[in-house]
This record gives sequence, structure tokens and C-alpha cells, in this order.
Amino acid sequence: MQVELRGITKRFGEIVANDSIDLTIREGEVLGLLGENGAGKSTLMNVLCGLYSPDAGEILINGEPTVFRGPADAIQAGIGMVHQHFMLVPVFSVTENVVLGVEPTGLLDHLDLEKGRREVREINEAYGLHVDPDGLIETLPVGVQQRVEIIKVLFRSADVLILDEPTAVLTPQEVEEFFQIIDYLRDAGKALVFITHKLNEILEISDRISVLRRGKIVGEGDPAELTRPKLAEMMVGRPVTFDVAKAPVDPGPVLLDVQDLTVLRDNDEIAVDQVSLNVRSGEIVGIAGVQGNGQSALIETLTGLRRAAHGTVRFDGHDITRVSVRKRHTMGIAHIPEDRQRAGLIGKFSVAENMVLNNYYSSRFSSGPQVNWSTVHKSTARAVQDFDVRTPSVFEPVAHLSGGNQQKLVVARELSREARLIIAGQPTRGLDVGSIEYIHERLIESREQGCGVLLISSELDEIMALADRILVMFKGHVVAEYDTAEGPVNKSSIGLAMAGAAL
Amino acid sequence: MNETQQTMSLNHLLKAQRGGRSRFEDLVVVPIFAVIVALILGALIMLATNVEPARIAQSYVALLEGSVGSLNAVSETLTAAAPLVLAGLGLALGFRAGLFNIGAEGQILMGGMAAVVVGFSFSSLSPMALLPLSLLAGALAGALYASIAGALRAATGAHEVITTIMLNLISYRLLDYMLRLPSVQKEGRADPISKSVPEAAELPRLLSAIDPNLRVHAGVFLVLLAVVVVYWILFRSKIGFEFRASGENAEAARFAGIRSGIVIVAAMATAGALAGLAGANQVLGVLGRATPGFSAGIGFDAIAVALLGRSHPVGVLLAGLLFGALEAGGRQMQVDAGVSIDLIGIIQALIIVFIAAPLLVRAIFPWGFRKTTGREG
Repeated sequence: MQVELRGITKRFGEIVANDSIDLTIREGEVLGLLGENGAGKSTLMNVLCGLYSPDAGEILINGEPTVFRGPADAIQAGIGMVHQHFMLVPVFSVTENVVLGVEPTGLLDHLDLEKGRREVREINEAYGLHVDPDGLIETLPVGVQQRVEIIKVLFRSADVLILDEPTAVLTPQEVEEFFQIIDYLRDAGKALVFITHKLNEILEISDRISVLRRGKIVGEGDPAELTRPKLAEMMVGRPVTFDVAKAPVDPGPVLLDVQDLTVLRDNDEIAVDQVSLNVRSGEIVGIAGVQGNGQSALIETLTGLRRAAHGTVRFDGHDITRVSVRKRHTMGIAHIPEDRQRAGLIGKFSVAENMVLNNYYSSRFSSGPQVNWSTVHKSTARAVQDFDVRTPSVFEPVAHLSGGNQQKLVVARELSREARLIIAGQPTRGLDVGSIEYIHERLIESREQGCGVLLISSELDEIMALADRILVMFKGHVVAEYDTAEGPVNKSSIGLAMAGAAL
Repeated sequence: MNETQQTMSLNHLLKAQRGGRSRFEDLVVVPIFAVIVALILGALIMLATNVEPARIAQSYVALLEGSVGSLNAVSETLTAAAPLVLAGLGLALGFRAGLFNIGAEGQILMGGMAAVVVGFSFSSLSPMALLPLSLLAGALAGALYASIAGALRAATGAHEVITTIMLNLISYRLLDYMLRLPSVQKEGRADPISKSVPEAAELPRLLSAIDPNLRVHAGVFLVLLAVVVVYWILFRSKIGFEFRASGENAEAARFAGIRSGIVIVAAMATAGALAGLAGANQVLGVLGRATPGFSAGIGFDAIAVALLGRSHPVGVLLAGLLFGALEAGGRQMQVDAGVSIDLIGIIQALIIVFIAAPLLVRAIFPWGFRKTTGREG
């Protein structure tokens, strides 16, 4: 089956999200779709899925012009989408999730799960997916859950699979397995669209690459003839440096000293298990690990949001194990939260209000019981300029800013105060190349000014590029430690440690 | 990064942009249409219950006359609006902090009761001292009563909707009980009714020089002061910033080092103080004493006022005036056209339904709104 998009244009008010886009998706082929956030990838795919109707242009399926009146039409036509955020019912089994919405039924609407189970097994065998049809979703690893999403689409007889940022949640090993599955699907004659902003992956798996920028296709090509810098330049519109220039810095005294820290989750499971680590001034310590191995609980404990069950946290010689969040802020610990929209910003609040979210009470911004908003506004305007946050004004609600600008605002807030230790959780997750580059530069700059940086990231490339020392967390333990000063670190060895092989 | 963006001037960033048209639609156009639709539906209900069109017209004329048609009408509107605005301000402040306080009714009763007791207990004091003292007692009692729900929420997570409803029920019976206490009950009366407050504790009537029957009293100044103070708390003060941050995104507030327990108790106490003032306003300005159920549902109407006013102090003031006008006009409507005042209750409820469903209003009056446009996520 071949799908052709011809001259697709989609406008939202005055914004042109897609500007006469031509794209062909062929069977037995992986089309890589590359673009920054806001480039129009999602809009284009939503047009293809029948969620949006285009303002101009047409969709041809096997040469036949087709109009989708809704998602049901697109599914009927054999187009299926695997969403970045899984749409699974955690307490249901794999089969129950797969059949949800198109349940095979017998007499009197009797649910025929056995039939579903059979089909799940058939799909498993045909594409080498290895998923237990009776497994409970909430007990399955993320990589397997993703395969369930793929089975769901295949169960609905899709011939075209759209994979939206599928590798964002996977470990390096899981990515390898995932690519094998893509190979199977390609060999079985499926047409695949692989959406990503990761350049390595798109070069590795795609047969053809199309690059979107500001709603237009700005480049197309054969991965064999393209390189990372070339792709990045097409995507961003200017040359991008990949190697973060990092001057050697002699680390100073120990700033953060964690001893034997044990932390429990809300359900009393052990999240962090007797972890000891330290961060010195002038160094970046990276914590690698697949999400959910205790990193979040570790950050929460270091920032005062979660109580330590056992062990001590010392900052600059002071025991801060039981010190409040605010006190830690004022002592000089900055925190870039993992989930900026949930924990770092208030969407309806203005840029200025968010800029002082955790320091409105300082004497800089308030006198007595009153906040000096005019001072806040002026100071915010300067910070917005310094940190290149693109916003029409300091009064704009942050929900209107792009993800990259929101994160720059958080970084601006945390770095514009006198911080000596920066705890950065997933500081570049979901951001475009330009913003990532910028935030990396600022973190390096802080390190050169003598700050200690604790960087927690599930992006191994990010850890490798920035960290002076790398710790790997697995199931609450630090299972491996690497010092980049002692020579180059082997990426696959870190990957294996992330998967628990070092235990 | 190009040159123009780099040289983007500070002044440009500091220039407040006009609140977008959608904000204007949300705050002004939707409420106006909601009132219109509610009045039309009210007319249809009258039609359906065999009221002749002429009398429907007559009743709406009476509604207008009774609310703004004469000095007495305006006086009645203001008198009815005052407690609604006071309690509504408290509820609005709670909403901003993410607290759905249903307990204004109970807080009004407790506040009013305290104001009455202080009023008749210290009757020898001069008006300069007794009136403020009585008002303060009302505010304090309301604050303390509301803090119970706040403390329960902060300490145990008990939801304030449940606890404030229960506290309302307790307050009714507590009031009945107290009104029969020998120290409170009016001498020589067998029914539950309190002693009257002395004139020194009363909120003076403002227009008695023109006509002693004009009931509007000094409580309206209290209302205006409260609007200003609540505005200052919400949008200028540190604690107000904490209220709003906790209400909009509790998780982000926690990450920012704001202590939710303190915020919850403080916000409930402030809301309770305002409701308590509303109660004091009633007993000191209108009733002169406490009787069973003297709150008369004001605490519940105030929820509607706070919602209609979009939890903004100025909005609450306007919404309270509208509800006061409906109340005063409704009484006139009953007298002139013989239409039951219950219809006013229906119209008030319909207004809230339409405010709560802006999409419905947009669907009914598509020409009143700019076409909505989506944005790429």
C-alpha cells in the first residue's frame, strides 16, 4: 500500500502549521520524519490519521484520492498510529488492551477473549514481538508496553504505521530490540513513518528521510548520503555544534555529600537503596539510568521534597537531611525539576510570576508582606533577554510558550540566583536541538564558574557529552561509576549497566 | 539568533499586552449572554405555566423597577448585595487557593452570632469602639470556624467539601442551642431569639435623613474595603501569591518550597473571616439580632456569586450587585405581577449553569464570539 500526501496545507488562524507538504509513504520502507518541536510533524500526522482535515491538498491511497472524515476512516484505510504516550489500561491484560474498542464478540454480545488471544499470538509470531497475551500491562516493562501498542495497531489491520517518538522511553538495549521489530515490519511489507528528533536513530533505521521546518519540507534524502551535521542544519536552519566544548576544570571541595541514603516511595517500596555519592564544585556528575530506577526519588530527597528513610545529605559541610525545601533554595541549591509543566511552572501564570515562583519572598522582590511586582517585571525582562527566552512580553502566560522556551525560563530562574549546586533533572527532555545546545552551554558555564552540577538524564548521549563523572542507577542502587578523566567511557558498557548487567 | 531578536528591547518585554479578546469574551461576553438566556428561559417557564405574556412583561418590568427603579430599590439592592459580596469574596479567595469551601453558610452563622454576643455584652462601650469590636468578633469567629475544615484538610487530607458541609449542619444546631441559652436568649421570650444589639453596635443607616425606611447601611463601605483588601491579598501580597500558586498547580507550589498546610489553613481562615463579616453585616446592619437560620442561604448564593465573578474581587462585586438586584427586584415582581419569587431562584441557577458551560453559550450565540482557533500542541 502506498500513501501519498499532495500539497497538504493546514492553518490554525494565522499560523500555517503545514505549508503545501508533499510526502510519499511506500510499503516495505521506513520513512524518517525529522523536525524540531513545533515544526508541524504532529499536525501532519494528525491529518494523516484523520484527526484534522487539511485546508488544501489531498491524500491518495494507492493512487485513489481519499477523504478522511474522522480517525475511524483512517483506521479503516489501514493507517495506524503508535502514540508517544501509551494509551493502555494498566490493570487490563495485553489481550484486553489490544481488543479494546473492537472486541470480538459471540452470541448475546459475549466477549470472545480467546479469539483475541489467538490473534495476538499470531501477530506475535509474524513479527517477532514476544509478548505474553495474558501479561498484565502494569507489570510489563516500558519496551514491552510499546510492543503492545504496536500489536494494537496491527490487530486493526494497519498497513501504515506511524511511530511518534517511539524511542524516547527506551533504554539503548530496548532501542536495539525495537529496531529489530521495525525491520520485521518492513520486511513484512508494512509502510512505516518514524518520527523523531534524534539524528543517530533516524540515520540508522530510515530508508528515506524528510526534514520539516516551520511547516515546510526543507530537505529530503537518502540516509547513506546524509550526515548528522547536515541533518541538524536542515532541521534548525543553521549549523549546530554537537561537541560541547568543555574546558578542563579542577574540581574544588565537596559540595554535596550523600551517605548511605535510603528513600521510600509513597507505597513504602524502596526507591533509593543505600546510595552514597558526592558532587564537588566545578564538576558535573551525571546519573544515567532508565527512568523509574530511583532517580526521581533521589532528586526529591536531595531537594527536600521527600524524606530520607535512612542516611544523611550534607551540603557544604552542613547536614541538610531534614532541612526544608525553601531553606535549601536559600542555601544555594538550584533545582531544575524533571517535569517542568507539572512541577516547574504554572501554566496560567505569567512569565514574570513563574520567574519568581520560588524566590518571590526574597528581599530582592518583596518588602514586608508585599511583592514588588515592578521590580519583578524589570528583573524578569532582563533574565528573559539573557537566557534568550522567546516571549512577547513578561506578562504572557507560560502555557503559550514552546517547550524549549518554557525550559529556558526554568533554567533562567534557577541559574540567575546565587546557586552553588544545580540539580538538573532531565533538563533537555523533549526539547529541540537549538534549546538543548543552549541549555548544555549554560550548564557547562555554571561548572566553569565553580558550581557543582548533578545531572540526571535518561539520554545517555547527554550524560556522555556533559558529565565529568558518570554514575549508573539501577533498581535504586548505584551499580557503576565512570570517571571521564581516566579515559574515554565505553557507551555500551554504560548501556549494559543501565539494564542491570553489572549486578 | 538574529539581530532583531537580540536587540528586542526591555521596554517591549515590559509592555503589558491587551488582555486577549478571548479573555474579554470569557469575563464579560459570556456572563452577559448567560443572564440574557436565563431571563429568556425564565419567560418560557412562565409561559409554560400559563402566565399570560402581558404579565410576563409586567413581571420583568417589576424586576427592573424593584432593583434599580427608585432610590428605595437601589437601597434594597445594595442591602441584599452586601453580604453576598463579602461572603463571595471569601469563597473566591478560597477558589483561587484551590479550596472549594461550601461552608460560608456556617461561617456566616458563627460570625453573626459572635458579633451579636459581643454587641449586647459590651453595650456600655461607645459606638467608636463597640462597632469595630463586634465586626472583629464576627470575622474572628468565622475565621476560626473555617480553620477547623482547613486544619482537617492540612493534617489529614479530609476534603473540605465534606467537612464544610458537615460544619454547616453543626452550625445550624449550634445556633439553635445557643439562642436558647439564658445569657443569649431575649428576656421574656420562649422562642429561640437573641437579645438585640444596642444602637452603638449597629451599622448606621446611610440615608435615614432622606427616608428612615431606606435600609442601606454602612456595610457597603465594608464591602468596598473588602474588595480592595482581597484584591491586594491576591495580586500584591506574598501570601496571595502562595494562595494562587497552590491553587493553580499544587505540585509546582510544593517544588517551589511553599508549604501547602500553612496555605490551606490561612486561605480557609481568610475566607471564613470574610464570611463571618458577612454574618456580622447582616445582624448589625439589617436584623439587629440573631434568629434561627438568619443566614437565609446567603452562604450558598455566595458560591454562585464567586463563580459568576470568576473569583476576581471586582467580578465578585459586580456579580453580587446583580444577585442583590435580582433579589430586590424579585420581591417587587412578586408584589406587582404575582409571580413567585421562586422564579428568581430558577433564573439565578440558570445563570450559573450557563456560566459554567461557556461552550453552550458560544453555541447559542455564535455571532457574539470570534471563531476559536486551535494551535499545534
